[in-house]
Amino acid sequence: MQATYILWLRQIIKYWRSKPRIFASLAQPLLFLVAFGYGFGPVFAKGGGGSYINFLAPGIIGMGIIFSAMFAGIEVIWDRQFGFLKETLVAPVSRFSIALGRTLGGATIATFQGIVVFFLSMLFGFKPSHISSLPLLLVAMFAIATLFTALGTAIAVRMRDMQAFPIIMNFIMMPLFFLSGALFPLEGLSKGMTAFIKWNPLSYGIDAIRGLLSGVYHFNLTTDIWTIVLAAVIALIVATELFSKIEA
Amino acid sequence: MEDAVLVKNLTKKFGKFTAVDDISFSVPQGSIFAFLGPNGAGKTTTIKILTTLLDKTSGSASVCGHDVAHHKKVVRKSFGICFQDQSLDDDLTAFENMDFHGALYGLSKSVRRKKMDELLALVDLSDRKKDLVRNYSGGMKRRLELARSLLHEPKILFLDEPTLGLDPQTRNHIWDYIKKLSSDHGMTIFFTTHYMEEASRMADHIAIIDHGRIIENGTPDDLIARSGAENLEDAFLKLTGESIRDDGAGALDGLRQGMRVWAGKK
Ligand SMILES: Nc1ncnc2c1ncn2[C@@H]1O[C@H](COP(=O)(O)OP(=O)(O)O)[C@@H](O)[C@H]1O
Ligand SMILES: [Mg+2]
Repeated sequence: MQATYILWLRQIIKYWRSKPRIFASLAQPLLFLVAFGYGFGPVFAKGGGGSYINFLAPGIIGMGIIFSAMFAGIEVIWDRQFGFLKETLVAPVSRFSIALGRTLGGATIATFQGIVVFFLSMLFGFKPSHISSLPLLLVAMFAIATLFTALGTAIAVRMRDMQAFPIIMNFIMMPLFFLSGALFPLEGLSKGMTAFIKWNPLSYGIDAIRGLLSGVYHFNLTTDIWTIVLAAVIALIVATELFSKIEA
Repeated sequence: MEDAVLVKNLTKKFGKFTAVDDISFSVPQGSIFAFLGPNGAGKTTTIKILTTLLDKTSGSASVCGHDVAHHKKVVRKSFGICFQDQSLDDDLTAFENMDFHGALYGLSKSVRRKKMDELLALVDLSDRKKDLVRNYSGGMKRRLELARSLLHEPKILFLDEPTLGLDPQTRNHIWDYIKKLSSDHGMTIFFTTHYMEEASRMADHIAIIDHGRIIENGTPDDLIARSGAENLEDAFLKLTGESIRDDGAGALDGLRQGMRVWAGKK
């Protein structure tokens, strides 16, 4: 327990000290919010969709979370390169508690980034119309954060190449992000896309955030929360399992 | 007396390449043991197996009486290690690096804070403990790693090339600490080096390793007697010289050369 806590704390301290990282991982979501929000807003409104910013913002919050979560994966490679990983691997604690501390640390940071994006998007015109449950909103955000931190960790465990990691992560994350309902409504899409979206756990996470902020769901709240939490738990188990086999 | 390290027929293969080839040796408790060999000889690989970072291919190894493959947790509690490459977190302060180490080893806050003060004073870093490690010099980092490795009061200390890349003054400084630990606390010291001078001057027992095989092993006196040489320096030259004729490789050239330089200085 102490080991898990201390590795969690380490992530938080390092995050807080690295201001460039904080700004860098906020810049991309904000760029999407402005470019897409203002760019597609008129078309969306003409098509009868209402305010596009209000539709888009929950997706951008999700984006802020998953891009920040990716950093946690890079940190595994980083720690291996710069040696700190060995310091943790010779300690008399289970690999499970090490992986858990790291992942929860990364997930906490990613959730925090999501909250920052939430407030920033309100500066750009986002008005949540119907805030139903803040605790459930946090659960959904934290579950998305855990899912993607674990995913990043699982991939990083097998890799030594710091340059290749972002490329591979983008290759996996971009489809998950684009086909999650973050950017466009899920109604009336082709069969193939609908199938992909249905199997994409992020769709449920975004739907939960959007629903909890607007009252309108594509699926429903219970399905959303259970699916994303379950996906997060499975990813966490797989990531810690892979991490236990890491060699320094 | 129980052996602090006991290695029997240990082999480690990376794919088809044999990095450690059927080695056997023991390190008596409380002694200073030197693992001497050129780069690529298999020293770090052996240390990684002894410290549970790597799994062996065959043979057996135990540290403080516990098998390293089967009792990882007890073994991990029993040793401290300074790696060949640094293993500090540059983005944390020296204090945090120490404190987190103590927490990982299950020490309570009051115990570890007290120990940390002592150890940071021992390595002369007390007044710099709030600095980020990224601002430390190489020598300061080594001293911090040394202090950190002692925090949980290990019975045996592994030092992988502890003085590599340090200036002579810092090297002496580090060795003063290590000698003190050995004499004051009876701590077993297991260090690797490719400096012959360091091995002969510091160690009670020496094993010479090359191409993954131990070619000589014993106290400095044993090595002298076995080679029929006058002193340890000549013994090294004879022993390592023979081994080169045996396998026809030149990996020990660097060692011999270093030896001559050192012998010449004397
Ligand atoms: N993970 C690894 N995969 C493949 N070969 C390795 C690995 N680690 C070490 N080796 C090889 O094993 C040999 C011994 O390495 P090492 O134990 O680091 O030597 P030393 O510490 O004595 O300089 C070297 O030839 C090295 O290239
Ligand atoms: Mg080495």
